[in-house]
Amino acid sequence: MATETSLKESRAGDLAAGLDALESPVIVEQRPWWRDAWHSVWPVLAALAAIVAVWQIAYVLELKPSYALPSPADTWSAFVSSVSDGTAGRAVSLSLQRAAVGFSMSVVLGVAIGIALAASSLLRRAFGPIITGLQTLPSVAWVPAAIIWFQLTNQAIYAVILLGAVPSIVNGLLAGTDQIPPLYLRVGQVLGARGWTRIRYVLLPAALPGFLGGLKQGWAFAWRSLMAAELITYSAKLGIGLGQVLDIGRETSDMPLVVAAISLIFLVGIAVELLVFAPIERHVLRARGLTGRVSTS
Amino acid sequence: MTTATAAGGPGTDAPAAVAARLTGVSHHFGETTRPPVLDGIDLTVAPGEFVCLLGASGCGKSTLLSLVAGLDKPTAGTVEVPTGRPALMFQEPALYPWLTAGENVELALRLRGVGRGERKAESVRLLDLVRLEGAHGKRVHELSGGMRQRVALARALAQEGDLLLMDEPFAALDAITRDVLHDELTRIWSDTGRAVLFVTHNVREAVRLGQRVVLLSSRPGRIAREWQIDIPQPRRIEDPDVSALSLEITEHLRNEIARHGH
Repeated sequence: MATETSLKESRAGDLAAGLDALESPVIVEQRPWWRDAWHSVWPVLAALAAIVAVWQIAYVLELKPSYALPSPADTWSAFVSSVSDGTAGRAVSLSLQRAAVGFSMSVVLGVAIGIALAASSLLRRAFGPIITGLQTLPSVAWVPAAIIWFQLTNQAIYAVILLGAVPSIVNGLLAGTDQIPPLYLRVGQVLGARGWTRIRYVLLPAALPGFLGGLKQGWAFAWRSLMAAELITYSAKLGIGLGQVLDIGRETSDMPLVVAAISLIFLVGIAVELLVFAPIERHVLRARGLTGRVSTS
Repeated sequence: MTTATAAGGPGTDAPAAVAARLTGVSHHFGETTRPPVLDGIDLTVAPGEFVCLLGASGCGKSTLLSLVAGLDKPTAGTVEVPTGRPALMFQEPALYPWLTAGENVELALRLRGVGRGERKAESVRLLDLVRLEGAHGKRVHELSGGMRQRVALARALAQEGDLLLMDEPFAALDAITRDVLHDELTRIWSDTGRAVLFVTHNVREAVRLGQRVVLLSSRPGRIAREWQIDIPQPRRIEDPDVSALSLEITEHLRNEIARHGH
C-alpha cells in the first residue's frame, strides 16, 4: 500500500514536470545584432547620399550665391577642420554637460511632480491641463524671462531646459501610470503595499515602459531647449557650446560653420537616442518578455 | 486583526477561533435602491477548513471575496478576519513581469516586513513547496500558465494571513493542468494547515477540493444551501462519489439559474 502511494506520488510528480516542460514558452534565438543593424542603417545612408546629391546639384546650378549655399565639399572640410582643431569637441562636450545636468534635474523634478499628480486626483485635475499646455509652449519663449531672472548665466540655461523638459517627463510618467493594468494595483493592495511602498514597488516599476517614452521625449525637449538658450545667451564667460557656435557662424556669415554646427546638434541628438535610450528600452522590454522574442509553439 | 464594520455593527475581539466570519453581510453597488449584490450572508470559515463557494455568474462570489480580502467594505454587516490580512489569488496569475519568479515571492515577504536575509531562503522554500525548484531566477514570460499560477500560489503562501482566498484560480487552465494543480493544492492545504475559501462555478472542482460546498443564489446573492463533504482526500475528480455528489449539486445549481428564466 505504501509503495503504491509513493508510486502514485512520483507519477503525479512526473506528470507535473512533463506539463511544465511541454508548456514552457520557447525562447527563440535572435538574429545577430549586426544583421538587424545593417537592415535599418543602409536605407538611412542611402537617404543621406540622396540629400547630398541634391545639394551638390543645387550648388552646381548656383541657385544661391556660394556664400549662402556652399558646396558639400567646402562644408565637409569646415566640419573636418572644426573637429581636428578641437573647437567641435569642446563645444559638443560643453553642451552635452549642460544637457546632462539639466536633463538629470528635469528627471528628478519631473518624477517628483509626476508622483504627486499620480497620487492625488485633485492635484492632477488642477495642474494636469497646465502642464500639458506648457508642453506645447516652445521653450525658446522662456529665454527672455530666464535672462531677466538669472542674467547671462548657466542658471538661465538650466531654467530653460527645466521648463522645456519637465512637462514631458511629468506627462510621460502619468501616461505610464494610466496604462498600468488594474489587476497589478489590486495585487499590490492584497500584498499590503501602501503609501511609499506602493509607489516604490508597484506604481513606478509598472509604469516604466510607458514612462520611457516620456523620458525620451523629455530628452529631446531638453536638447532643443538647450540649443535655443545657448543661441541667445551669448557671453564670453559662459564658454562656447554648440548653440553659441551657431551664433558665431551667423555673425561671421560663415555658412559652412553653421551647417557643421547644425549637423553636430543633429548627430548628438541621434547618438544619445541610440546609445543611451535605445539600449535601456530594449533591456526593459526584453526583461518583461515584450519584444516578440517568445513563441509559444 | 482586520475588522471591516459597516452600518454601526460592533467590532468584536473574539479569539482566533475562526479564520473568517461574515455576519449579516449585504452589499450594494452604487445606489442602495437597486437590489443588492449580496444579501444577508452569514458564513464562518473554521481555521484550516477548505470551503468552496459555488454559484452561477453574477451571484456576487467575487464581490464576497473582495469583502473578505478587505478590498471593499460591505454596505451592511460585519466581516471579521482575525488572523491578519488574507492572501487572494485571481484567475490570472497577476505576477509582476519586471520581477523574476523568486522576486515576486520575495516582494510579498518584503511587504509583510520579513528581513532581507530570510527572504531569499523563504522564497526558495515556498517555490520548492509548489514544485518549482529551478524556477527562482526565471522571468514570468518564460513560465507556462500552470507554472505561473503555482508561483502565484507561492506568493499567496508568503503572506502571513492564515486564510487563503482563491477566485476561480484554475478557470483559465486546461483540464490536465487543472487536475495537477488540484492535487498540488490539496497537498499544500493539508501540509500548511491554511484555511481556504475557494470560489468557482465548476461543481466538480468544488466537490473535488472542498470539505464544505456553499451554494449561492444569484441576484441577490444569498446562501441557498450547504453540503458537508466526507469523501476522504486525496480525491480524484473522476471518483464515483465525487461524480454522484456533483450531479446532485448541479441539479440545485440548475434550479437556481432557472429561477431567473421567467
